[in-house]
Amino acid sequence: MIKIGTYIEQFINWLTHNCGPFFKTVKVGVEAMVNSVQWLLTFTPFYVVIALLALLAWRRAGWGVGTMTLLGLSLIYGMGYWGQTMETLALILVSAVIALLIGIPLGIWAAKNNTAGKVMRPLMDFMQTMPAFVYLIPAVLFFGLGKVPGVFATIIFAMPPAVRLTTLGIKQVPEDIVEATRSFGATSRQLLFKVELPLAMPTLLAGVNQTIMMALSMVVISAMIAAGGLGEVVLKGITQLKIGLGFEGGIAVVILAIILDRITQSFGKKKQRAKH
Amino acid sequence: MEKRFTGSGQLNTLQMPKLQIDNLTLIFGRERQTALQLLREGKSKADILDATGCTVAVKNASFQVEKGEFFVIMGLSGSGKSSLLRCLNRLIEPTAGDILLNGTNITALNEAALQQTRRKEISMVFQKFGLLPHRTVLENIAFGLELQGMAPRERNAKATEVVELVGLKGYEQMLPSELSGGMQQRVGLARALANDPEVLLMDEAFSALDPLIRTQMQDELLDLQEKMHKTIIFITHDLDEAIRLGDRIAIMKDGEVIQVGTPEEILTAPANDYVSSFVEKVDRKTIITASSMMDTKPTMAVFRKDGPEGSLRKMRATGLDILPAVTVDKHFLGFVYLREVLEVKKRGEPTIEAAIHRDVPVAYPDTTVEQMLPFIAETDKPVAVVDPKNNKLLGLISQTSLIIETTGNQPV
Repeated sequence: MIKIGTYIEQFINWLTHNCGPFFKTVKVGVEAMVNSVQWLLTFTPFYVVIALLALLAWRRAGWGVGTMTLLGLSLIYGMGYWGQTMETLALILVSAVIALLIGIPLGIWAAKNNTAGKVMRPLMDFMQTMPAFVYLIPAVLFFGLGKVPGVFATIIFAMPPAVRLTTLGIKQVPEDIVEATRSFGATSRQLLFKVELPLAMPTLLAGVNQTIMMALSMVVISAMIAAGGLGEVVLKGITQLKIGLGFEGGIAVVILAIILDRITQSFGKKKQRAKH
Repeated sequence: MEKRFTGSGQLNTLQMPKLQIDNLTLIFGRERQTALQLLREGKSKADILDATGCTVAVKNASFQVEKGEFFVIMGLSGSGKSSLLRCLNRLIEPTAGDILLNGTNITALNEAALQQTRRKEISMVFQKFGLLPHRTVLENIAFGLELQGMAPRERNAKATEVVELVGLKGYEQMLPSELSGGMQQRVGLARALANDPEVLLMDEAFSALDPLIRTQMQDELLDLQEKMHKTIIFITHDLDEAIRLGDRIAIMKDGEVIQVGTPEEILTAPANDYVSSFVEKVDRKTIITASSMMDTKPTMAVFRKDGPEGSLRKMRATGLDILPAVTVDKHFLGFVYLREVLEVKKRGEPTIEAAIHRDVPVAYPDTTVEQMLPFIAETDKPVAVVDPKNNKLLGLISQTSLIIETTGNQPV
């Protein structure tokens, strides 16, 4: 019998024992980030948050989405889940930002370097297809219970689309444009920032959208390790067989998902220039 | 455009060539060093492909391009011409050989120096334009300057100057996708010119355009070149285009440069069957000039030295009934006819002066056959080719060879 499980266990244990201080530092940092975002969202009066989000949705995605945001968030508030929703939103934002900060550079690297690309591909497949719950185990071992392991598991789960779509976007930049840019003496940095990233932007933003959506789904799951938020409401509904509670939590998640999706998608669509 | 016919591709040996390419070889594949070794041992491309899996794209190309010269590299697809061009600014790294720009070896430059060369000295125009779709025409034109780190105000001012030069005025704020192919390539050309480079590389720059637009762009490029005197390396698969544009043409086949010469040299003396098969389709009338057709040692009646008797003797010896009359220092005077020389002799005049037909059309060395066509229609005389500066007789073109050249396609 091949005991892969044993090896992984040994490896994780080794990490926990030897990198304790590292994990502790990370934990403190991430916790501070989540708490401050959450503080910002909850201490701002709810109507201000709703108004701001509705305004953003209206400006970016039109009056339909704006109205829906206004009504949806008001419904959440009315159901009495405002606090949990903001908690979830804070977790999503922090996880997604970290996932993007790691994922986009990795994606660029994979596009630029064939070997890196070849190594990263199966790794991303692995990260994305591994059942999401599995990440909760090492997360708890490293960081204990609470928000931080939730963020950790979410980052791992939500990062692959950011990496993949960044790589795809850069590789899709037409060869003749890259060649022309090089022919005018561009450095690799100029090529990346002046040509490749701007041209890859629509695809890259599709990756951002997917990362945020996957972060949302993972954040709900990580209620199992006491990350809190809307996931907790749903989880309570399951464990106590309270169907009403489960649905209420579920509806709040759906509303949040639609708002996040529409707003982030709108950034991916290029603003149409007026034709001459 | 007369300038192109004045020389015969002779290099000014006192001056260093702008660009000198020595034994440039480009091999694609993993085992290119092995392939290079085999190539040097004289193995054929097919053998090398079998042995190493490597493709020889360019094989020992050597040529020189002078400052201000319009140099065209012509070949069919797969001849290695575009790869060769990309070696010149090292968009593709050559496998072996040297590229000297003003005496500096481009192949030896480090990354930073190469970038400087690309920014300041060599610019490129592409077949597919290679414009940035998210930037306006003006921003595209200023792009090379932007890469140099020039401030926005300054680079926009420079770009605006070039805009007028290439006829893009009024289009500055448009996006490339809003322009036609011809206009897009103007942007490509303007972008290359904005850097004020010494050398302009043009890769099939007009091949993607409609024939009518292409001709128009060719004319405009020639006009620009008259003003700017850039050193241009122009790639094309179209011999007509090559002949129209090039001061000199290099013909490539299977990665090798088969022939380098002026359009006329290539038409009149194709290096091999491959070149002649191309040349056959070209309208020679507009290319072939008097200098390549003329008999440079015609029999002449030398005024005062040859009297009527002497002139008649020369006619008898050559079997000709018309001779050009020249002074002792070879200034062309006109033609003398057998019948009139006989009459002059009968009248007992000492010279042939009375027999000379002075009012005859002459050609210069760079006069094309097409321009000489009226001569055939108007006169029955041969055509005298004279030096435009001092009217000295350089040679003579017989009616026969002129008629053959205009009707048949046999090489002279």
